[in-house]
Amino acid sequence: MAAGPATPAQGGGRAGGRAALWGALAVALPPLLALAAGAVLLAALGKDPLAYYGYVLKRGLLSPTGFEASLTRAAPLLLIAAGLIVAFRAGLWNLGVDGQFLLAAVCVAAAAPPLAAAWPAFVAIPACFAIAVAVAALWSLVPAFLKARHGINEIVSTLMTSFLGIGLANVLVKLPFNDPATTVPQTATLPVEERLARLGDSTVHWGVVLAAVAVVAVHLAMTRTAFGLKLQIVGANPRTAIHAGLDVGWLTFAAFAASAGLAGLAGAVDVLGVHGTIRADWNPAYGILVIPLVFLARFNGFAALAFVFLFAVLVIGGESAARRLDVPSFFVLVLVALLMLFFAVTEFLGHILGRRG
Amino acid sequence: MGAAAGGEAAVALHGIVKRFPGVVANDGISLAFRAGEVHALLGENGAGKSTLVGILSGMLRPDGGRIEVGGRQVRIASPAAALRLGIGTVHQHVLLVESLTAIENLMLGAPWWRRCDRKAALARFNRLAALLSVAVAPDVPVGRLSPGERQQVEIVRALWHGGRVLILDEPTSMLTPKGVEDLAAVVRRLRQRGVAVVFITHKLKEARALADRISVLRRGRMVGALGPEELRAATGKDAMEAVVAMMFERGEEAGERAPGAALPPPRRHDTAPPLLVMRAATTTGERGECPLAGADLDIREGEILGIAGVDGNGQKHLAEALAGQRPLASGTIALAGRAIQALGVGRRRRLGIRYVSDERLGEATAPHHALAVNLVLKEIGQAPFWRCGLTSWRRIHAHARRTIAEANIDAASERLAIANLSGGNIQKALLAREWTPGARLLIFNKPTHGLDLHSTHRARAWIAAAGKAGATVVVVSNELDELLQLCQRIAVMERGKVAGVVENGAGAETGIGRLMTGMEAP
Repeated sequence: MAAGPATPAQGGGRAGGRAALWGALAVALPPLLALAAGAVLLAALGKDPLAYYGYVLKRGLLSPTGFEASLTRAAPLLLIAAGLIVAFRAGLWNLGVDGQFLLAAVCVAAAAPPLAAAWPAFVAIPACFAIAVAVAALWSLVPAFLKARHGINEIVSTLMTSFLGIGLANVLVKLPFNDPATTVPQTATLPVEERLARLGDSTVHWGVVLAAVAVVAVHLAMTRTAFGLKLQIVGANPRTAIHAGLDVGWLTFAAFAASAGLAGLAGAVDVLGVHGTIRADWNPAYGILVIPLVFLARFNGFAALAFVFLFAVLVIGGESAARRLDVPSFFVLVLVALLMLFFAVTEFLGHILGRRG
Repeated sequence: MGAAAGGEAAVALHGIVKRFPGVVANDGISLAFRAGEVHALLGENGAGKSTLVGILSGMLRPDGGRIEVGGRQVRIASPAAALRLGIGTVHQHVLLVESLTAIENLMLGAPWWRRCDRKAALARFNRLAALLSVAVAPDVPVGRLSPGERQQVEIVRALWHGGRVLILDEPTSMLTPKGVEDLAAVVRRLRQRGVAVVFITHKLKEARALADRISVLRRGRMVGALGPEELRAATGKDAMEAVVAMMFERGEEAGERAPGAALPPPRRHDTAPPLLVMRAATTTGERGECPLAGADLDIREGEILGIAGVDGNGQKHLAEALAGQRPLASGTIALAGRAIQALGVGRRRRLGIRYVSDERLGEATAPHHALAVNLVLKEIGQAPFWRCGLTSWRRIHAHARRTIAEANIDAASERLAIANLSGGNIQKALLAREWTPGARLLIFNKPTHGLDLHSTHRARAWIAAAGKAGATVVVVSNELDELLQLCQRIAVMERGKVAGVVENGAGAETGIGRLMTGMEAP
């Protein structure tokens, strides 16, 4: 009815610099606050917080074995983070990465020993990667179809298919893929010499390099290609995407397949690089741990790289610090929870400051 | 006609004034709604009817004037206060919770501390339903009811607290002909019960069939009224012609109000061949949208064609179907003889069809992305900004800086999120994005919607200039002044069809008015 009040154009230059500063602060502030609050908690428990954090650093980062263990642990987490960045930037909340991860891991665990026996490694390992990507992408077809054709909320559908995927993975391990030579249900074990090659004389396998490259590649694809921009526009507003003539349905399928495929690749790397077999009821639930980190990194690949590595250090170092100082090993999860809490608080403060400024 | 007609005033308005920034929506309106009388309020888009309804239903506070209910002066501070005074409103768009049943919807207004007495509510519902002689299942989720049934639930709700006045805002816009008949029966029964019924409409036929009294609003003022005697006497078309004239004819006031009235008159294009031909086009719409229902349209090469109509008669679907972002369920579209109904937005854009959406932030742009990105939004993946799928941010930013200078966009940086720009500057950016070499057919949906006076003038001058430069232009607008100022011909949409096309010239507004009010069958 009435002519809407026009919003005045805002100045850009100085505000831009301030925004960049605030952005850096918003990323760095939550971890620092979480560490500080964690220190208070430790002191309340009668433990020396400095000793705890010192142990975490020493065992997770500064000792050679700890550093290598942290890098190895980071590999699947990084690949899952890459998958989440693709989906989240496209506005698709793929919370089903755990199901996609586990199903792909189980299929690779079953396929790897016969393939490795039949073919040389440079054929067998890519074939295993392809199987992992295909299985996980197929598992994402149902939520992708429901989203693209019927607009059904993917948060619910990916969570549901995740539970189904975890259940199905267990069934596969216990029935068709079960190795009759073992007493506990598990898949046939891939011989150590057939697994992913180590880097130099370390214990770190080259899947770590693959994972880091994948995160950077995803970051560049999202920010420097037409495909990435199309996904971002769909994520910003599907109606805008339709207006601009983008094929929203196809892009939804593609984003789901890429996201799930990377989660599947994480499963392949974890099986081929570390475990060599999968036991029934094994579910590391990496996805649930990585989702907060990806949010914390604000879907930025380089920030995700840093956060995931620091998280791996915290997990590896936290395990030995827990043993040494008699702190419960799940204290690491308390730190993650504090991280999320302060992340939310920082977001809230930023919102208020942004409104005032 | 009812003997009860002409009772005492249930609600009287004295000199109601309501201002919004830049417009006086109600400018000293005095009216009386009498018990047992059906009072039709007529007027085109923006005449001030909805504002008046908002004031009566407690959603808006008037800036001046008095309201009397039952002879006592009152303040209607909230929708709840309006209901307590016995003023019930049925809004144009149904306001019911779709997942709840009718009876649950009706119990929603009770205070939180009181137990929900379902039995009593059901008894009251049945009594009111019997009174209105409507048969609506009280235990079915409202989402499964037909539009007509939902409206009946709304009427029951409006009368829930003992209705003295019932306001029906555009009650027939979503109804089938059968639904309109049922509604008319309900309205007649209410009149017999001594309820004052206020009936807001664009459709003269309905007003004439139902109303005891007609008042006409234009530009926030009362411009005419027909009482019961005149209506009864007016058997012929004369009275209705007079009403159309009151609603639509522009006196000298039009000239001074319309910004940019000094633009040169548009060229005439009587004999040009059609550039685009649409035949029997239908679309499917979501609930609450009006889809195309067999629309035929010819757009002549080089003309500026206006699309008029009451809001929600399929204009948006028409624009989207032409642009290619809404697929046709049936029918054909041909551009210069070539069938294009199967082509998507990108292919039609390459053929020269450009669409400027009315929702600048909701659809036309990605608001939190940079101005530079939004300027190339419809060319993602194409040269020269993309090579083999790789983005050249250098070229995109250079292109944006050039466009900012050429289109005179007030933006400090091309990297600024476009949501930070004013409406007028976003519109400039959109015009620059669509008006690139190769543009043959420009489609504008409400090009000046929500713009300030200066930006409105500039956008209209821009459209006129594009027409002069040889482009074929379609302007969808609910502002008749805008169409009369810009267009050579004006097509009128009604219920998803093109009801008729009027040549712009002397008396055009009356012709458009007849089509918009449904007085003339196409």
